Amino acid sequence: MHTRIRDYPSRSSEIIRDDPGVRDAVTGATIAFDQKRLQGYAEVDADAWRRWAEGVKSHTLTHLDRYLAEAETQLEANGAEVHWAADAAEAREIVMSLAARHSVKSVVKGKSMVAEEIDLNPALEAAGIEVYETDLGEYILQLLEEEPSHILGPAIHKSLQQVQELFADRLGSEPGGDPDTLARAARRVLRDAFIQADMGITGGNFLVAETGTVALIENEGNIRLTTSLPRVHVAVVGIEKLLPRMADLSGFLQLTARAATGQPIGCFVSLVQGPASHPDDDGPEAVHVVLVDNGRTDVLAHEHAWEALRCLRCGACLNACPVYRQTGGHAYGYVYSGPIGSVLDPGLLGLHEAMPLPFASSLCGACEDACPVRIPIPEMLLEWRREAQEEGLTPWKERAALKGLASVATRPGLYRLAGRIGSRLGATGVARGLPMLGEWAADRALPQPSRRTFRELWRKGIE
Amino acid sequence: MRVALFVTCLADHYFAEAAADTVRLLRHLGCEVAFPADQTCCGQPAYNAGRLGEARRMAEHTLGVFAGAVGEPGDPAASDAPAAPDGPAATDAVVLPSGSCATMVKKFYPRLLAGGRDTAPPTALADRTFDLAEFIVHRLGVTELGSGLAGRRVAVHQGCHALRELRLETEPAVLLEGAGAEVVPWEAQEECCGFGGLFSVKMTAVSAAMADRKLDTLPEVDWVVSGDGGCVLHLDGRNRARGTGVEFVHLATALWRGVAGDARAAEGSDVAAVRDAAEAARPLEAR
Ligand code: SF4
Repeated sequence: MHTRIRDYPSRSSEIIRDDPGVRDAVTGATIAFDQKRLQGYAEVDADAWRRWAEGVKSHTLTHLDRYLAEAETQLEANGAEVHWAADAAEAREIVMSLAARHSVKSVVKGKSMVAEEIDLNPALEAAGIEVYETDLGEYILQLLEEEPSHILGPAIHKSLQQVQELFADRLGSEPGGDPDTLARAARRVLRDAFIQADMGITGGNFLVAETGTVALIENEGNIRLTTSLPRVHVAVVGIEKLLPRMADLSGFLQLTARAATGQPIGCFVSLVQGPASHPDDDGPEAVHVVLVDNGRTDVLAHEHAWEALRCLRCGACLNACPVYRQTGGHAYGYVYSGPIGSVLDPGLLGLHEAMPLPFASSLCGACEDACPVRIPIPEMLLEWRREAQEEGLTPWKERAALKGLASVATRPGLYRLAGRIGSRLGATGVARGLPMLGEWAADRALPQPSRRTFRELWRKGIE
Repeated sequence: MRVALFVTCLADHYFAEAAADTVRLLRHLGCEVAFPADQTCCGQPAYNAGRLGEARRMAEHTLGVFAGAVGEPGDPAASDAPAAPDGPAATDAVVLPSGSCATMVKKFYPRLLAGGRDTAPPTALADRTFDLAEFIVHRLGVTELGSGLAGRRVAVHQGCHALRELRLETEPAVLLEGAGAEVVPWEAQEECCGFGGLFSVKMTAVSAAMADRKLDTLPEVDWVVSGDGGCVLHLDGRNRARGTGVEFVHLATALWRGVAGDARAAEGSDVAAVRDAAEAARPLEAR
């Protein structure tokens, strides 16, 4: 997988400098989402729900092998086919061979981060298959040939005006339409796509082991159609999406919706168990569930990173994140951005590949407070930082500076001397001595050291 | 109450006056203040960077320096034992004019030193360590500080560690209001300023944009007050670079200005007059 993670520092500053509309759109939308989440949490005993959900997810991950086997057995008993994909290439091959087997010419897709992760669209298109994204946000991005910038609101970085211009230009909609008008314009195109499509491809929010049920949450109704109208339904699901029992599902459906948008539950919840059991019934003739590993078992085996697999992909941590708000997701250079991306990507891709994401955080902790499954993101970022230091993945200047600090700070005499020198040198003198401050000072006035250190004041006596 | 001041490296060198105001304020509230001379840096810069070896060395140094401050509060052995004037022994509490460094000692030392070393146990120190606002409100039980800040409009920047680790959600505002100030609501009050230590050096553009969001949403106020010097340095640095032109004031200084009679302390002119005003503002039972 080719990522642009390494460019985070330069891409983030480019976006902030050259494309200020992104910052405005993302900040506005995420703050609105975040406030809705807070309201949604306030209506229930959110802390108790979150502790419960954390427990269920951690339990499931601890016994993942057992629940995966149970889910497979149940899905097959329901008449669905189960496929196992060790990595992205295998997952693509499985979907491509299913498309060939079912003579698929046209595909409609529901929003799926795993499909993005495995780069599914380019593979389908290369085989001459027409692909329509049917989530409104994803459809906008498909027209623009852009990648999602938020796991829940993929086009969150676009302003209403940009979408109006795009739709006027490409779909011939009236200039300046309100969001409903725009949705109607997209619907006209997508309705035909749904009717033509041979295959519907979705992700899955949950997979219930006990019953072999793929559960999907949405607000637009496009996933309901994607799973029911075409002849074939393929659900591409990460192996961490398991829930043990049907009784667990209701709580998770509600908690996910509250965390994501503050809604008590998504407008549509689709439960897919298998194909139509009788030719006269509605529903697809064939249902395939592709279970994707693609680094997840490595994450599970990692001492600290495994907790990231509890993630429900609700986007609450992105919405709460003041770092994410400045740039949106594109700066992060991979499908999973924001706080969860910064702890998950090093696990999925390898720390080396995911540098410097663990450092793309001020550790403010807002993500952890928002997360419905209490993933301790700041602590996990610190663990990745520790590993990065141990593996020598950080700049030597930084390592040297911190070693220097430690050796001064454990020698009080030396520390006092350094402090006195600093206060005499003044701001620019200190900056010259600390090379890392150069870039910092480009955007800020230099801090002025006090003319006398506190300990000098103390010695003279504080009145 | 006897208190050991852990001034923090940042306040020692960049907020010496705010640190002095911390001492004045604590004395005014009836505390005896000691300053253990061998204290340095709590180690947070290394901890946040993931350099745990260095962080541990600094944490152990700090635990050694403040080892005497871990007696039971009110324990006669702790408070009556003879102590060197600047020694740490026999104090009831360690107070820091920094929510972030207080969090390092209270929350991160136990994590960092889990497994134990032969210095003082980190949890014992954690229980006796307080952020300044936390100490005044919860340990001293003081929320009324007179009306010296009457007519002052202030906005509060809440440092992330104090807010989300120590859950000091209202304490700074309660104290400022208790000194007569009007605390003006600020849309971005609880948002991170973008400092984050090393973060502001490594991701300068994002960090500056975060500060801009704070400054762009700032209401009309006389001062922006924070109990965290790091945040103040960062926000004020950006403030001065942009020419936004509001005054950033450390919480200790803001409260002391209130206690000492706002105008005179702000000009810092007449120390004796300030002291008299402070004495007048002091609760009777503490005199
Ligand atoms: S980490 Fe938590 S808050 Fe973030 S997307 Fe996952 S479940 Fe939601």
